[in-house]
Amino acid sequence: MATTMITTLDRTSRAAARGLSDMSIRNLFIIPTILFLIVFNIFPLIYSLGYSFTDFRASTNAPANFVGLQNYRDLLNDPYVWSNFAITAKYVIISVAGQLLVGFGVAMLLNRDIPLKGLITTLLLLPMMLSMAVVGLFWKLLYDPSWGVINYALGLGNFEWLADPKMALYAVALTDIWMWSPFVMLLSLAGLSAVPKHLYEAAAIDRAGPFYTFFRITLPLVAPILMIAVIFRTMEAFKTFDLAYILTSQPTAELISIRLYKMAFQEWQTGRSCALAYIVLIMVLAITNIYVKYLNKVKER
Amino acid sequence: MAHIQLKNISKSFGNHTALTGLNLEIGDGEFFVLLGETGAGKTTTLRMIAGLEKPTEGQVFIDGVDVADWGAAERDVALVLQQYSLYPRYTVRENLEFPLKPKIRRLPDAEIKDRVARAAKTLRIEHLLDRKTDRLSGGEMQRVSIGRAIVRKPRVFLMDEPLSALDAKLREALRTELKNLQIQLGATFLFVTHDQIEAMSMGDKVGVLNHGRIVQTGTPHEIYNNPRDTYVASFVGSPPMNLIDGRLVNNRAVMAPMNFELPLTIGAKTFGGAKTGAATEGRPLVFGIRPEDVYLESGAPVEARVHDVENHGVEKILTLRVGDTTLRATVPARTDVAIEQSVRFAWNADKVVLFDKGSGVSLRHAS
Repeated sequence: MATTMITTLDRTSRAAARGLSDMSIRNLFIIPTILFLIVFNIFPLIYSLGYSFTDFRASTNAPANFVGLQNYRDLLNDPYVWSNFAITAKYVIISVAGQLLVGFGVAMLLNRDIPLKGLITTLLLLPMMLSMAVVGLFWKLLYDPSWGVINYALGLGNFEWLADPKMALYAVALTDIWMWSPFVMLLSLAGLSAVPKHLYEAAAIDRAGPFYTFFRITLPLVAPILMIAVIFRTMEAFKTFDLAYILTSQPTAELISIRLYKMAFQEWQTGRSCALAYIVLIMVLAITNIYVKYLNKVKER
Repeated sequence: MAHIQLKNISKSFGNHTALTGLNLEIGDGEFFVLLGETGAGKTTTLRMIAGLEKPTEGQVFIDGVDVADWGAAERDVALVLQQYSLYPRYTVRENLEFPLKPKIRRLPDAEIKDRVARAAKTLRIEHLLDRKTDRLSGGEMQRVSIGRAIVRKPRVFLMDEPLSALDAKLREALRTELKNLQIQLGATFLFVTHDQIEAMSMGDKVGVLNHGRIVQTGTPHEIYNNPRDTYVASFVGSPPMNLIDGRLVNNRAVMAPMNFELPLTIGAKTFGGAKTGAATEGRPLVFGIRPEDVYLESGAPVEARVHDVENHGVEKILTLRVGDTTLRATVPARTDVAIEQSVRFAWNADKVVLFDKGSGVSLRHAS
C-alpha cells in the first residue's frame, strides 16, 4: 500500500467493487449540498432580482409587468422607507455599541483568576443560546407595564416600555444587548487571554498606569477580534426582525426588515419588496466591506 | 543605582516551596549574577525584587527601605526578560518611548527624543528605530528590550536570562556589551542565568542557588577555586570538577573504590586553616580536582586508560578510566592520545579541595 497524502482507492475495497472512484465519492458528498444551495439560496436570489424590476403581486393572478427601475426610484424617494432606515441605523448603533461595552467589560472582569470562572462564563453565555422569538416573548412579559418584573424591580410604576413611542426602540435594543453581549464577551475573552502576561508585567515595570496599559497594550491587541465581533453583530442587528416584531408594534421601532415584511406579506407588493430587499443587501455588503477593510488595516498595524 | 538586600526570604506557591530563608546582599553598582539550575528559584527571587511577586516571609530592602508595600512602578526597577516582551504593533522607537510617556511622569518631548537617541546609540540599534518589532531578529529584539530598560535610568537592572534564547555567537557578543554597559552606567545589575560561563565572565559577584537556597556567594574566582560544597563544585565549571571518594592516609589521598593513591600536601595553604590532620585522617572524604589540574606525565603515580577524547581546538578534554571510575582531564590540544591508550597522570596537589563525604561541605568552609 502506498502511503501518499491522497490515499488511492484500495482496489479490493467494496467501493471499488461497486465501481465508485474517488471522484464519484467526492461528488456524492458535494452535489447534494450544491443543489440545495442553488434551489433554496441562489435561485430565489436571482429570481427576486428579476421580480424587483416588475410590479408583480403574489396575491393576484395578474401577470407581472416590467417597470424598469421604477420600484427602486419610488423606494429611494419614499420618506417612510428612509425613516425606517434611520431607525435601523439608530438601532444598530445603540445595540452594537451596548453589546460591545457590556461584553468587553464583562470579559475584562472575567479575565483573571476567579473561582468558578468556567461556570460563570457558561451561565453568562445562556442568553445567546435561546431562540430570538422566545427571548422576545419573555422580555415582553418582563417589560409589561402593570405586572412586569422590570418595573417592579426598578419601582417605575406603570412605565410603558414598549408602548411608549420614544422608548420602544431602546427597549428592543436593550433586549438585544442582553441577548448578544455574551457573544462579544466570548470573543473578547479569547482576545484578552491571548495577550501575553509578560507584556503586562513589562508595562508595570515600565511604570505605566492602568489606563495607559489598557489603551496602549490591551486594546490594540484585542482590536482585531473585537472588530470581528462588531462585523457579526452589525450584520445581525441590521437584519433584526423577530425580536422587534414580537416586542413592539410602535412605528418608531419599525426596522427596515419589518417594513420589508409588511410590504411583502401584508401589502403584497412583491416586486417592490424585492427591490427593497436588494437595497438592504447592498447596504449590508457595503458596511461589511468597510469593516473588513478596516479590520485588515488593524491587523496590519 | 541602589543597594539591595533580601532578608530571610521564603516563598511558596501552594504546596511548592520555591525559596527558603534566602539572604542576599547586592552592593551599589555591583554586577551580581544569580546562578542556578532551572527551577532553583532564580526567577522568583528576581520577580520579588521587581515587585511582581510578594514574598511569603522575609523582607526586601532597596537602599535600606523596606519595599514590601511598593508596587513594581514605585520600586523603579527595570526588568529584561528572556522572551523580550516588546510591545507588539509598535516600532522600536515607540517601544523605547513607552516607559517615558505615561501621563503622570511624562517628560518633555525633547528629553524623550534625546534619551531614545542615546539608548539607541549605546546599543547600536539606531538604524532600526522606525522598524516594527516583529521584523527584528532575536538579538535585535533583546537589544531593544535592554534599551527600554536603560532609557529610564532605573535604580536597579534586573535581567532574567536575557541571553538564553540567542545563538552562541550573539550571546558572546551581547555578554561583553552588557558588561561594558554596566560599567559605563555604573548601575546595579542583578543578572539571572543557568549558564555558569555567563556567571563567571560577567559577574562581580556570583550567588549560587540550589533548591531555593543560596549555597554560596562570592567572586567568580572564589566560587570556582573554593566551592563551598560538592553541588557548587559540580555545577560551576565546564567540564565540572572531578569528585572522587576516598580517604586521607598519611598525607596521601587513597581512593578507596578505585584503588589508587595520590600525594597530598597538607598545610595552611591548602586548607585555609580548617581542621586537618588527625581529625581528617581516615574519615570518608570527597576529593575535588579541576580537570585542568590533572596532568599527564610519563612518570606520574597513577595509571589510567583513555576512555574518551573531546577535541575543543585549544585543548582536549580526556576522560580517563581507572578501574570502573572515570575522571576528566584537560590537556593541551597537541597532546597525542588515542582512545584505550594507557597513560599516567597526577594532580596539582595544592589545588585539591576536600569535601566531607556526608554533608558535601568543603572542609575549608566547615566551621
